[in-house]
Amino acid sequence: MELNQLTAHQLLDKIKDGSITSQAIFDSLYQRVNKIDDKVNAYVRRGNLERTGKESGSKSELLGLPVTIKDNICTEGLNTECCSKILQGFRPPYDATVINNLKRSGAGIFELKANMDEFAFGSSTENSYFGSTHNPWNLDCVPGGSSGGSAAAVAADEAIWALGSDTGGSIRQPASFCGVVGLKPTYGRVSRFGLIAFASSLDQIGPITKDVEDAAILTRIIAGYDPNDSTSVNQSVPDYTKSLTNDIKGLKIAIPKEYFVEGMDPEVKAVVDEAVNKLKGLGAVIKQVTLAHTEYAVPVYYIIATAEASSNLARFDGVQYGYRAKSDNLIEMYKKTRAEGFGEEAKRRIMLGTFALSHGYYDAYYLRALKVRTLIKQDFDKVFSEFDCIVAPTSPSAAFKIGERTSDPLKMYLSDIYTISVNLAGIPAMSIPCGFTKNKLPVGLQIMAGAFNEETIFKVGHTYEQNTDWHKLKPVIRL
Amino acid sequence: MRYQTVIGLEVHLQLSTRTKAFCGCAIDFGQAPNSCVCPICLGLPGTLPVYNKEALNSAIKVALAFNCQIQEHTKFDRKNYFYPDLPKNYQISQFDLPLSRNGHMYIYTENKPKRIGITRIHLEEDAGKLVHEEANSLVDFNRTGIPLIEIVSEPDLNSPQEAFDYLTGLKSIIEYLDVSDCDMEKGSLRCDANISLRPEGSSQLGVKTELKNMNSFKGVKDALQFEVERQAELLLSNQQLVQETRLWDAEKGRTVSMRSKEGAKDYRYFPDPDLTLFNINKAFVEEIRGRLPELPLDKMHRFMKDYSLSEYDAKILVSSKKDSQFAEECIKIYSEKDKKPLVNWLIGPLLQEAKVRKAGISELNIEKKELVNLVGFVQRQEISGLSAKTVLSQMIDTGKSAELLIKEGNLLQVSDLDDLNKIIESVIALNAKSVDDFKAGKSNALMFLVGQVMKKSSGKANPKIAGDLLRRRLSNA
Ligand SMILES: [Zn+2]
Repeated sequence: MELNQLTAHQLLDKIKDGSITSQAIFDSLYQRVNKIDDKVNAYVRRGNLERTGKESGSKSELLGLPVTIKDNICTEGLNTECCSKILQGFRPPYDATVINNLKRSGAGIFELKANMDEFAFGSSTENSYFGSTHNPWNLDCVPGGSSGGSAAAVAADEAIWALGSDTGGSIRQPASFCGVVGLKPTYGRVSRFGLIAFASSLDQIGPITKDVEDAAILTRIIAGYDPNDSTSVNQSVPDYTKSLTNDIKGLKIAIPKEYFVEGMDPEVKAVVDEAVNKLKGLGAVIKQVTLAHTEYAVPVYYIIATAEASSNLARFDGVQYGYRAKSDNLIEMYKKTRAEGFGEEAKRRIMLGTFALSHGYYDAYYLRALKVRTLIKQDFDKVFSEFDCIVAPTSPSAAFKIGERTSDPLKMYLSDIYTISVNLAGIPAMSIPCGFTKNKLPVGLQIMAGAFNEETIFKVGHTYEQNTDWHKLKPVIRL
Repeated sequence: MRYQTVIGLEVHLQLSTRTKAFCGCAIDFGQAPNSCVCPICLGLPGTLPVYNKEALNSAIKVALAFNCQIQEHTKFDRKNYFYPDLPKNYQISQFDLPLSRNGHMYIYTENKPKRIGITRIHLEEDAGKLVHEEANSLVDFNRTGIPLIEIVSEPDLNSPQEAFDYLTGLKSIIEYLDVSDCDMEKGSLRCDANISLRPEGSSQLGVKTELKNMNSFKGVKDALQFEVERQAELLLSNQQLVQETRLWDAEKGRTVSMRSKEGAKDYRYFPDPDLTLFNINKAFVEEIRGRLPELPLDKMHRFMKDYSLSEYDAKILVSSKKDSQFAEECIKIYSEKDKKPLVNWLIGPLLQEAKVRKAGISELNIEKKELVNLVGFVQRQEISGLSAKTVLSQMIDTGKSAELLIKEGNLLQVSDLDDLNKIIESVIALNAKSVDDFKAGKSNALMFLVGQVMKKSSGKANPKIAGDLLRRRLSNA
């Protein structure tokens, strides 16, 4: 196998025993990108593909291993544009806390940033100013979104591992569509400082990797209390690799009945049922439960997330940085800059959110949504008082065709129906590959646990992985 | 019909904390534009605010000094509006759960205490400053993110003078707390006013005007006075008032309508998800309360009790923290039991000198001990009050001691009996007619003779002693 095809922990072993250097890994990645990324478009390519930095040769834990970063995470001196025209040319003068953590641990930051839906608004990476990313398993299909670039890059071996962000499923759904592992950590587990905000009360940065072990390593490195983020939680970070045992005997797993309803692709259902059976066979105790307020998750999410987004995105006004439309008049400049700088979906969400916060509607929409959010959280609390984790499909369908849902935003919003509740409740969840549809498109299994119980998720995920081979399969990209 | 004036004031105060409200930038005035900034206060994408505990402490101090109830649960909200001096296009402020509510303070218009309610005091962040050039407008973000507190009064003020006294009293309290410069000209204190008129006896509020753009306490008073007259005129001629924002034009001495869609503004307040709800510990509040300095009202009462001062005198002495400290130290040095003569000098001639020099009494170039000495000279009748005032002025100008200046000016009153008797003898010899008049019972004649003694002594004779000596001398003759 080529270096770019290996997992991070495999590569770390090779660097340690002196058989390769991290420089060689960078080189193999660049070769791969040069070869296939015209087809996949996992990366934002702003000009040439030449490397800008020098390999660090770090002696710290990650030994210079490159990490791919989503375009909404600030990297000092590297363009960070959220795949939006309005942030054209924005180079942050600072690193996000997760980038600092990575660098301190000896990681190399891959200079190309991963493609995404503009400002993380989307479930298909079709809303990028730099064009759609293509699913490595079928180039006519979407990779999911919004972290579609990160997931496709990992799946197509254009990345060793990557960081994405998850506001309503933006790590897990593309991980599911691309057949890789993706974790959304507990809200407050990973610092949001330097993540360009979509919805501040829902956003979390997390890893997208080739296996669960890599996810456990990367999560420990990026997690931890950050005094620069008031919403980060001061709680010590366990060594998650200790949870990677091959044993789930007696573990209590809940299956929410609301996640296996009509509208779900029967092929996906069959694959997930099979995965649940596998867990049962490995000794887990499986029982069906109810998460009664699940049906409200999508509307509640789209009120809270767009409300916060409408305010978070107000700063993109052409005054200090990014794109500015020419005008002699301030108000005109604002209007033109935002009209020309934002894409359709961004405008739609800003309008929705502005409306939800407006005088006379605030109580009926925003306040009520906050109340229902509490009920959704209580549903989970109740289940986790009896169960170790919840297992469900990550998405109601496998990857869909590019262009298929762009004209129907509502249908697009429903592709997040199984991932959104987790963000509203602030709990951790991970998607792992658990099989394929007849058309050879990957299906993801979602494992959720109580707040700050990532350990159980890694344990279940790793055990499942040890007893299946889905995560080892790789797409063949037709050139 | 007679109208009652109803005024409520909104005061914004910049807190003089070491660092800004939500980032680590040092607060340093007078620096080059955009030199006291960081990615956080510039609102760069991805940055997050973390609130400054020192600012919260200062705000709690102020709230306690205004007798507010500190709310156990409080949070920060976003006030959304677009303006180039606001880098995030929202201001972090407090909306429905402010830091504190239900306070009050006292004002003393016409020497009667009046209780003015404080609706709320909350914490927020300041915006930047626009600098307009010929073709461009530039933004200076140095001020962006400096902690502000907003003090909102109840509509309990019933005249422009009361509003003025409220501001003076408020400034005095803040000065005692030492949490803000309170300089309206420099913009560290800003004041907007709401004013309406209603028929006397009515309990319903009239149509209000919001006044902005005043940059001194006097400006606030003048703008309110103008509005009282403008609104009364309209009401008396049965014209409709419109609710609007008006700007004070200090040069022209009038308010002008802003003519904007101000009323339709919707700030879309919502809880800032970057700064979650937090609780203020009761023990923490009590600890701050325990460390509050003595406030003007308490000090006034103590001065009245400890130094037997009248309320009027005590009130003048405590209005400024530094001046009150200066005054109290002088009072302690002054060894006489009756402090009134010294206090009269403090709030009389000394305060006058300070006003002329546009300073506080504590800022004048005069040693407390020297001031007390000077008052001693007057009390012992060694110099005249008039001379003493001149000496006081010279002391401040030159820094010389009272004694030296009295000597240099040869101002000691002639009280030496031998010297005085010589002068009296010569005056008697030269004014036989007046002497006769006095003896004939015309008491006015004595006044004339004393005047002659004063003249002959170049004003240095002690007029009282001279009068006594003259009377005795003429009665015996
Ligand atoms: Zn700053």
